[in-house]
Amino acid sequence: MTDDIAVLGAGMHPWGKWGRNFVEYGLAAARAALADAGLAWPDVQYVAGADTIRNGYPGFIAGATFAQALGWSGARVSSAYAACASGAQAIGNARAQILAGLCDVALVVGADAAPKGFFKPVGGDRPDDPDWLRFRLLGATNPIYFALAARRRMALHGATLDDFAAVKVKNARHGLANPNARYRKEVTAEDVRESAVVADPLRLLDICATSDGGAAIVLSSMDFARRHGVADPVRIPALSTVTPTFPKTVIDLPDFATDSAMTVPEPALPFRSALPQAAYEEAGLGPEDLSVAEVYDLSTALELDWYEDIGLCEVGGAEELLRSGATAIGGRIPVNPSGGLACFGEAIPAQAIAQVCELTWQLRGQAEGRQVEKARAGIAVNQGLFGHGSAIITVR
Amino acid sequence: MSTPRRPAIEGWFRTDDGGPRLRGTRCSSCGTPYFPRNELACRNPGCTGPKDGSELQEYAFSNRGTVWSYADARYQPPPPYVSPEPFVPYAIAAVELTEERIVVLGQATVGVEDLEVGMPVELTEDTLYEDDEATYTVWKWRPVQ
Repeated sequence: MTDDIAVLGAGMHPWGKWGRNFVEYGLAAARAALADAGLAWPDVQYVAGADTIRNGYPGFIAGATFAQALGWSGARVSSAYAACASGAQAIGNARAQILAGLCDVALVVGADAAPKGFFKPVGGDRPDDPDWLRFRLLGATNPIYFALAARRRMALHGATLDDFAAVKVKNARHGLANPNARYRKEVTAEDVRESAVVADPLRLLDICATSDGGAAIVLSSMDFARRHGVADPVRIPALSTVTPTFPKTVIDLPDFATDSAMTVPEPALPFRSALPQAAYEEAGLGPEDLSVAEVYDLSTALELDWYEDIGLCEVGGAEELLRSGATAIGGRIPVNPSGGLACFGEAIPAQAIAQVCELTWQLRGQAEGRQVEKARAGIAVNQGLFGHGSAIITVR
Repeated sequence: MSTPRRPAIEGWFRTDDGGPRLRGTRCSSCGTPYFPRNELACRNPGCTGPKDGSELQEYAFSNRGTVWSYADARYQPPPPYVSPEPFVPYAIAAVELTEERIVVLGQATVGVEDLEVGMPVELTEDTLYEDDEATYTVWKWRPVQ
């Protein structure tokens, strides 16, 4: 219990393609989280920003950018970049400060304004940068990597295009009532089938969009939460940002190749399974204790991989779990009740924070129109790519 | 009139004696091979070599493996990919080299309809793009004939 921190407030700026500056989304989310916590900005002693790399210098120093936008207050600050896991790293920074007793109240903010179309490497000729080279020598866009994982799943575990479509249909239904989701529209399996193939076997509706959005949470020590009059807050007992173990044998962005398993045997747990495993060990609970999960569905197929990675079923069992309805709201273990990336699109530095916002509302019983019954424990997992990832456990 | 053929990147593959090979490095201490070439230090945390780069020696990879997975690109990717106009879709194969137990990406010489997980493929050299000065080549995977 002593390693818990409290989530006092959660707030978001709706996801979309708004075409405005990312600072505006972060500011709106921060104010919403502070209001939700019943705290004022000067109460915050530490600001953890999650960086965006596509919005110039203010994005590289996101913590200070948001602190300035809220009005310089003397709060201490950090900024974190970890690709798609940036938000989780920022939460980890704030958590460490609180658990070390260096502060009582921290604000975590991430926001992004995304360009149109495929993500591309940052500008300039950089032939020593693997992220530049994978475009130059292979034309390996992000969806190519998602499609490689999807095809592998089809060959190994018998996943079908209908299974992938069923993930989209489920998540679209989940997100219908979520006021922060970008896409709030029923999608049929036929819609998915008829959408254009982007990277075989994945179609447009299998792949998450890139979005604008902002998310923020207010974190505090358990003592502060009690003094603040919150006896039973949502808590974070565990947060894992472990790196892969050599040899990493699953191909990931922006790799040209995996590590070789010629001299050292593959680790017992592949990277995506190691992330939640470390969090389960830290929290002292397991997948059987979960009521809800938010997983990083960069593609519909990746959601199925996550079912196995977080231990909801055996390896190879994800299709059956999906087909049984267990992962839909009303099922045994609803996955992505928020609607997931399928309904949000990805606002990179905000996304892992948004997952914790959703778990917070689920555990408080405030997820109107998408509430998971009697939600007591949740996990949010994220594949940050480039060797990053995260798993965050929330309980109440 | 044909332009001279040049590798699109120096030092990543060779086409001299005995057919195309991926060029990398290999640790003389623990035996771990690396592609793309690693010249800094062996990355095997259990390796007891000097880890100052002196343990990494030139290595030519085996040129056969099996398809681990594959995908294709139906839309023109952004630069720095150099695309012909109009855009021509291409397939990418992730190939596990049997000998080195490493999965290496490369464009495929055939489309996804002619690829299958587990099928044997071999390395070849092929055109990546052309400009007024040269034809730039890269390694690709092709089904074993």
